[in-house]
Amino acid sequence: MDQVTGTARVKRGMAEMLKGGVIMDVVNVEQARIAEDAGAVAVMALERVPADIRAQGGVARMSDPDMIEKIQASVSIPVMAKARIGHFAEAQILESLGVDYIDESEVLTPADFEHHIDKWNFTIPFVCGATNLGEALRRINEGAAMIRSKGEAGTGDVSNATTHIRTITGEIRRLASLRPEELYVAAKDLQAPYALVKEVAETGKLPVVLFTAGGIATPADAAMMMQLGADGVFIGSGIFKSGNPAQRAAACVKATTFFNDAKVVADASRGLGEAMVGINVADIPAPHRLAERGW
Amino acid sequence: MKRIGVLALQGDVREHIFAIENCGAFATEVKRPGDLENLDGLIIPGGESTTIAKLLRIFELFEPLQKALTNGLPVYGSCAGMILLANKIIDGTSDQETLEVIDITVKRNAFGRQVDSFEQELLIPEIDSKPFNAIFIRAPWIEQIGADVKSLAEIKSSDGLMHSVLAREKNILVSSFHPELTGDLRVHRYFIDKIC
Repeated sequence: MDQVTGTARVKRGMAEMLKGGVIMDVVNVEQARIAEDAGAVAVMALERVPADIRAQGGVARMSDPDMIEKIQASVSIPVMAKARIGHFAEAQILESLGVDYIDESEVLTPADFEHHIDKWNFTIPFVCGATNLGEALRRINEGAAMIRSKGEAGTGDVSNATTHIRTITGEIRRLASLRPEELYVAAKDLQAPYALVKEVAETGKLPVVLFTAGGIATPADAAMMMQLGADGVFIGSGIFKSGNPAQRAAACVKATTFFNDAKVVADASRGLGEAMVGINVADIPAPHRLAERGW
Repeated sequence: MKRIGVLALQGDVREHIFAIENCGAFATEVKRPGDLENLDGLIIPGGESTTIAKLLRIFELFEPLQKALTNGLPVYGSCAGMILLANKIIDGTSDQETLEVIDITVKRNAFGRQVDSFEQELLIPEIDSKPFNAIFIRAPWIEQIGADVKSLAEIKSSDGLMHSVLAREKNILVSSFHPELTGDLRVHRYFIDKIC
């Protein structure tokens, strides 16, 4: 009776265990511990949160392995890390470090403007961003075991996250309403493989877990994303760019669990101090919008 | 029809609800102390044990749940659920609490990180003779097992030793693996039909 690692079930199953939870961006051991103490289901180890990448500019790359290993050693919850879109060598490095999930992320500067990483080649599961259903299914076809709607990272402006989760869930509902012979054209329009389109139409959901990300900064933002059909949330800059990270982190965890109970979300929202200042997505020139990276 | 609750603070709640419904029982989410009333059994799902333990405290569910279990409410915990039910844990966080209702010591992430997560065909003679496709995700194992606890399945780990991954003490069932991810209902049927 052999043990088989890296199967689709094992990769997708890992994401199932994160459902109803908050995954937080952290840049050092201290932040990772705060996140774990607050009840995060996982942390994303990276050198600069998206808000700083945005402010400082330049090329954003995979984090230093030393920094990732220090965070792995400091917490018992899963540790994720980001590789650039298409940068399979960065992904190989992250796999060798034993990170629990790789985020092939538009927050970093893309390394390939045509191809994403062939994620089937890895034992470690991948999460990828998507702005619509076709993009989500292309990523799943390449082996992504988890999808997150992109939003616009590093802004504290939740509007794009709303647009993307509404688009993905809306397109799923539309597929579920089609007749079988209409799915071929639907696949063509979505630029996605027919087999996956058919599966979504039949089950009424993605074959993998769907989180949301990008601009979530308050407990109310988290509750809204959950009510719109997200399985959980990523919070990047929103926590550690705020006035009181420990309290805000715990508040977002509470709001994600009791997203349907406005009283709990209201209590979680009290006295949190300053939220991250934020940037309106509309004020960001198109070339600096991260959500448009990925193809 | 039996009423089975699923602790719904975090984790793969939905998969357990499907499994319960497919077994022909009534499934209901448990988020508050009042939800524990009139249950024939409870499932604590897979998820992040540190997160679920904290949420149990924050939403004042820890003590009512512990009391219901001590009073004999049948319970099944998969993976994180196994950790939460154990008397003792190894490799938890410094402040990690458990419900302490089954006499086992559980080692967290015992098989390793996600890169080591695996599937394996598992024999469970207590249920039947057909192998069970067991999915282990950053899974714990039972390091020490009390005299009144019966191990129902073991596997060999990379250290060459056998470790229990499915065990029962009276009406408490725990597994390291995730039958809820497979569509194979035998473990859920065993819990609902034989224990609840």
